[in-house]
Amino acid sequence: MGDLRELYQEVIFDHYKRPRNFHKLEGADCRCADGHNPLCGDRITVYLKLNDGLIGDVSFEGAGCAISTASASLMTEVLKGKTTEDAERMFQGFHTMVTQPDPEMHPELGKLEVLAGVREFPARVKCATLCWHTLSAALHKQSSVTTE
Amino acid sequence: MNTVVDARKITVVTECAECPVSPMNPAHWRADFPILKERVHGKQLIYLDNGATTQKPDVVINTEADYYRHYNSNIHRGVHALSQKATEAFEDARVKVQHFLNARHAEEIVFVRGTTEAINLVAQSYGRPRFQPGDEIIVSEMEHHANIVPWQMLCQQTGAVLKVVPINDDGEFLFEDYLRLLGPRTKMVAVVHVSNALGSINPVREIVRAAHAQGVPVLLDGAQAVSHMKVNVQELDCDFYAFSGHKLYGPTGIGVLYGKQALLEAMPPYQGGGDMIRTVTFEKTEYNVLPYKFEAGTANIAGSIALGTAIDYVTEIGFDPIAQHEHDLLSYVTSEVKSMPGLRLIGTAKNKAGILSFVMDGAHPHDIGTILDHQGIAVRAGHHCAMPVMQHYGVPATVRASLALYNSRDDVDALVSGLHKVKELFG
Repeated sequence: MGDLRELYQEVIFDHYKRPRNFHKLEGADCRCADGHNPLCGDRITVYLKLNDGLIGDVSFEGAGCAISTASASLMTEVLKGKTTEDAERMFQGFHTMVTQPDPEMHPELGKLEVLAGVREFPARVKCATLCWHTLSAALHKQSSVTTE
Repeated sequence: MNTVVDARKITVVTECAECPVSPMNPAHWRADFPILKERVHGKQLIYLDNGATTQKPDVVINTEADYYRHYNSNIHRGVHALSQKATEAFEDARVKVQHFLNARHAEEIVFVRGTTEAINLVAQSYGRPRFQPGDEIIVSEMEHHANIVPWQMLCQQTGAVLKVVPINDDGEFLFEDYLRLLGPRTKMVAVVHVSNALGSINPVREIVRAAHAQGVPVLLDGAQAVSHMKVNVQELDCDFYAFSGHKLYGPTGIGVLYGKQALLEAMPPYQGGGDMIRTVTFEKTEYNVLPYKFEAGTANIAGSIALGTAIDYVTEIGFDPIAQHEHDLLSYVTSEVKSMPGLRLIGTAKNKAGILSFVMDGAHPHDIGTILDHQGIAVRAGHHCAMPVMQHYGVPATVRASLALYNSRDDVDALVSGLHKVKELFG
């Protein structure tokens, strides 16, 4: 098992205590989806505004642990201006990063790499990926997703 | 000198020249549980997740192994020696459960997979043929999902309605509200004896008495009660009592439904199959007598016999010393954590057993669980299958430390220092 500091890096605490893009998005062109991890009670709503296949704006709301909140906050920061295809690819890359041993780092992940320590804590993978599953649901116009 | 009284029972220490420890000393009990010597993440295991499942003493582990090594065979059907021995041990276990609960008859003890199956059995076999649209089933706000969902399913099937007795902010059953809910439409009361999320001990004797005054039967969910206190079903006068072996130092996959004979007699079988029949033709099947009518298919034979051993084990120690020890520990851990800034206890009933549920400012229960785990401390972080309780307190989850007879003040001290580590990390 990895070191606790590998998991709880300063960047993660920073995003947990002061989550970015932590608000609702409204408007007819806005999509949203709810994510729920019934195991730990984490709930998240991801809001998305698309302009011609580009993610114009993305935000989230919800209550969760440090890992799920920081992961969602970081996700919203890296997604702005990306295409929906980019977003799907980054989801795959992120998923690989937190589940596979010694994965090849996806070059697009950037600052999301601070969450790589999660792979040493299998019980926490669902926390880190909840926001991405929820984003994917919003992209595919599903209203909710559950991870267990 | 250690005197082995019965290899399948428990080692009773009659005197010990080297150590002045009496058999009533928890340190001796601890030595009976081999898993407690394990190390987790390089640290000594501190097991405080007993509400989820308790660890097993050597005698229980050996009983299971003995069965498989020496007399594994099917019961109630063989003429050969092994089958007869297995049948005898299996039925002995039933008698042990009968005495453990002080049931009037051994036939009132039905072996099931666990508390959940016992409650489902009562809902489907007692409730389903009887309940009509508009009939009411009373549960409390502090129930485990296992004592909510089977009744909700029954409501969908019959048109019956679920009524919920609220709790106060200490996590106590509101008796006056219960009395108001009890009425001519009430057909069943199903209440937890000890809450798994809060530790509250419910006034079950009074709950039963009030229901019986209206002619309503009562099921008690004893999953969290049986390891902490003596349960006497005749004194409680409950109609059904359910518990799981694995929360009583026994194996998983074995549990008990106690039901009053007259009620069980009048109920149709829950599942069909072998062992629960007397004769079968394609025209007509005649069901077996109690308790076999409710035990279709090959039972968890090893589990039942080992549950009998677990009962021997706790009976040998006695519930007075167990309850005294756990009560002291609960008071100690409560006073230690209560003073921690930002920590809020969830469940502060006056009458509590073995469970400390809490939340901390600025740190989510799941993060606390990970940090404690890293120090070898096993607690539960989550909603404890009691989401309505979480809703009552407005929290998504809690951290739950739950005690057993082998826990010590050292375990509590480790928990407290682990929580300081959480504060250090989360600021």
